[in-house]
Amino acid sequence: MSLIKTDAPGRRLLLMGNEAMARGALEAGVEVCAAYPGNPSSEIIGCLSQVAEEMGIYVEWSVNEKVALEVAAAASLAGLRGLAAMKQNGLNVASDFLLNLNLTGTKGGLVVVVCDDPSALSSSNEEDSRAFARLADLPLLEPSGFQEAKEMTKWAFELSEELGLPCLIRSVTRVSHARGNVELGELPTQRRRAHFDTSKPILPVPVVWAHRLLHQKLAKCRDRFHGSGFNQYRGPQRPELLILTSGAGFMYSLEAVSNLGLGDRVGIAKLGTTWPLPETFLKEQLARSQKVLFVEEVDPFMESNVKGFAAQNQTQLGPKIFLGKSSGTIPDIGELTPDHLIKVLRELFDVRYQPRPQAYIQEAMEAASHLAPPRTLGFCAGCPHRATYWAVKKALALDGREGFVLGDIGCYSLGMGPAGFFQMKTLHAMGSGAGLANGFGQLGRFGLDQPVLAVCGDSTFYHAAIPALVNAKYNGSSFLMLILDNRATAMTGFQPHPGTGRTAMGETVDPIDIEGLCRALGVQVKSVDPFDLDSTVEVLTDFLRQEKGVRVLVLKQECALVRGKRQGRLFKIRVDQDRCLGLQCGCNRLCTRVFRCPGLVWDSTSGKATVDDAICTGCGVCATICPASAILKEAV
Amino acid sequence: MLLEKDPWNLVITGVGGQGNVLASQILGQILVDKGYLVTIGETYGASQRGGSVMSHLRVSTRDQFSPIIPEGQADLVIGLEPIEVLRVMTQYGNPGTMALINLRPVHPIEVIAGESRYPEVEEVLLKIKRLSSRIWILNATEIALDMGDPIFSNMVMLGALSALSLLPVDQEGFCSAAQKLMGSHRMQDNLLAFQKGKMAIKEYKNG
Ligand code: SF4
Ligand code: SF4
Repeated sequence: MSLIKTDAPGRRLLLMGNEAMARGALEAGVEVCAAYPGNPSSEIIGCLSQVAEEMGIYVEWSVNEKVALEVAAAASLAGLRGLAAMKQNGLNVASDFLLNLNLTGTKGGLVVVVCDDPSALSSSNEEDSRAFARLADLPLLEPSGFQEAKEMTKWAFELSEELGLPCLIRSVTRVSHARGNVELGELPTQRRRAHFDTSKPILPVPVVWAHRLLHQKLAKCRDRFHGSGFNQYRGPQRPELLILTSGAGFMYSLEAVSNLGLGDRVGIAKLGTTWPLPETFLKEQLARSQKVLFVEEVDPFMESNVKGFAAQNQTQLGPKIFLGKSSGTIPDIGELTPDHLIKVLRELFDVRYQPRPQAYIQEAMEAASHLAPPRTLGFCAGCPHRATYWAVKKALALDGREGFVLGDIGCYSLGMGPAGFFQMKTLHAMGSGAGLANGFGQLGRFGLDQPVLAVCGDSTFYHAAIPALVNAKYNGSSFLMLILDNRATAMTGFQPHPGTGRTAMGETVDPIDIEGLCRALGVQVKSVDPFDLDSTVEVLTDFLRQEKGVRVLVLKQECALVRGKRQGRLFKIRVDQDRCLGLQCGCNRLCTRVFRCPGLVWDSTSGKATVDDAICTGCGVCATICPASAILKEAV
Repeated sequence: MLLEKDPWNLVITGVGGQGNVLASQILGQILVDKGYLVTIGETYGASQRGGSVMSHLRVSTRDQFSPIIPEGQADLVIGLEPIEVLRVMTQYGNPGTMALINLRPVHPIEVIAGESRYPEVEEVLLKIKRLSSRIWILNATEIALDMGDPIFSNMVMLGALSALSLLPVDQEGFCSAAQKLMGSHRMQDNLLAFQKGKMAIKEYKNG
């Protein structure tokens, strides 16, 4: 259910930060929204897509972030309001376009929301996307709460329109994926009419002229930040320490100061507009105290900018003691927490703080290490990726030439660990498995005699693997590409992609056939069902033996979670307790110890395997792996 | 209604796929409807099932607090799985923390694979008892399975929470919040689960 369309100004709802930003966009009258899914950003477009029809807006899941930004920018160039959303890695993909769009400028409000993931809770890196605001000379806003996330998004559209520049919003996981009270505002009743002015082309030339204009716009932006309510100060007139913070750091700072009772000694200045620097506001704040502590997540973005500003204005501001990441006071990796801040302030002010007895901590720690075994992530019961990696492991062993798999981003990244039998050997960006394979596949001339494999999911195929495949075919690289087609962008919440046959707004469309596409490239392609282990291994071995050229194997089997919802189990599975020899047989518990489907359970009393009916999804794959043929499947 | 402590901090913990997020969201919406300021922080991992998950709920009448509870400041831990409660205590528990626990274990893959052992639930309860001021138990999974689907366990737990009267969670509030978030789909079943949870809760006595 989507709450974000609730038409009741003044009502308070509990909204996720991402939903709050989506609501802000609706209140601003956004017309076109596009994104490629990626946590922690996925819900922004996810919830907008649910209300698209009713609100009369266009929403799409694009094939990648660059295209998403181009779609939203087109709306802007036609005088409408556009929103593009992505995670931090996504901005890297979109940046090529962004760093030209800044020069040409925009028309209707264009807002780019980038959700960073400090501590990389669901990411392959924790990059700080704010660097792009400086790089591209674009305004940057950072919400530090839920109500603000909504208000800021709404304002970002106005600002963008006034300046003729895209406006960036940087959120973080603890804002995007946390929930809090949000008071609703008015929804617009009218839509704009799209029109593209054909009288002059939109080009970044002459470049130097456009660059100067960009700087002028940014200077205007600085003026607009003056007096912005998103920059606030809380605390005494002349604090002993001034905290300068942004984003989630503000919440943590407030919490630490109040926990330690330092409210009359420490002041907190929060920047909501972090680039360009709100100079007037900053001057007022810096004048309050000689000692300044920077509290922000990941890079010292604000810290170095403000220090530069202070150096430029030192005659007026006087000497300062700056504490933050450079001084080692605040960690320069990972996300912050209230506890980080409590520790830092406790040391700076030498105050006592004992949240609980030391003996309690020790006892709890001992109890947990003794009684609470760890839980590592694995593939779901009945996940086709488990079967795929099993087949790959087998085929590579049969082949015997130390072949290896290059991978990328998706559920199947777990192929690096025990869930995928340690088969995946590299992990970088979307499509990088295929890209790296292009290079490895050329190293035969330098003596590389190991088979090269790459994996990518279906959504990743459309996002970033197609150019890699074109390159491989044309330049004659040799590798085997595995496309794990589970008919879903499963990792981020089952968003549709061009292979699924439906759109963000729920329309049914013609899917774009992966095999057909490969065939059109002149690439050899076959499809198998990974649940059919024997033929999968056979085709794999066969494809591995052909040493020249790029070959594509599509492993087609629906994600277990999607299938479970649609049709329930395929087979009824049981273990024949007479045939299962357990520890006695040479299998050494192959099913539970190695294959590790959570649907199979090791019964230590009988020393045999059984099936947990509550978990098993009935894919039937385990029946194939048991050497004693003890696992039986019956059709349901 | 004023809170005994402000902010009042609650942790809901369990294993991915148990409906932890939905439970915290419904509870949060009930409290927002009653006029409280609520912040919920969730631990997000990969979407795969089987890992430990936890939601932090901060309830206040005066301020919007951060989505992460500071060390040792949980007032109540709701556990959809017993050993997850123990794990949470190491970081957020204190001698005054209370716990409400679903007795049904979910075995980690390492236990299934025979690499580690799942302890006796009784042993875990005794330990939690020592580390908290009060604990309540019920077999929410069993109740949900009796209703035909383990998916209802989280609603059973919310029903149990309402019986404790620590927070203003009543049937009316539950219905309106659940309706908002899930629509009318299976509302009857959810309500039944809530009511069953309310009845089933027991105070755990040491030994
Ligand atoms: S059939 Fe076997 S492999 Fe498939 S889900 Fe059930 S236990 Fe797991
Ligand atoms: S079911 Fe088969 S593989 Fe598993 S323990 Fe028994 S004999 Fe070994």
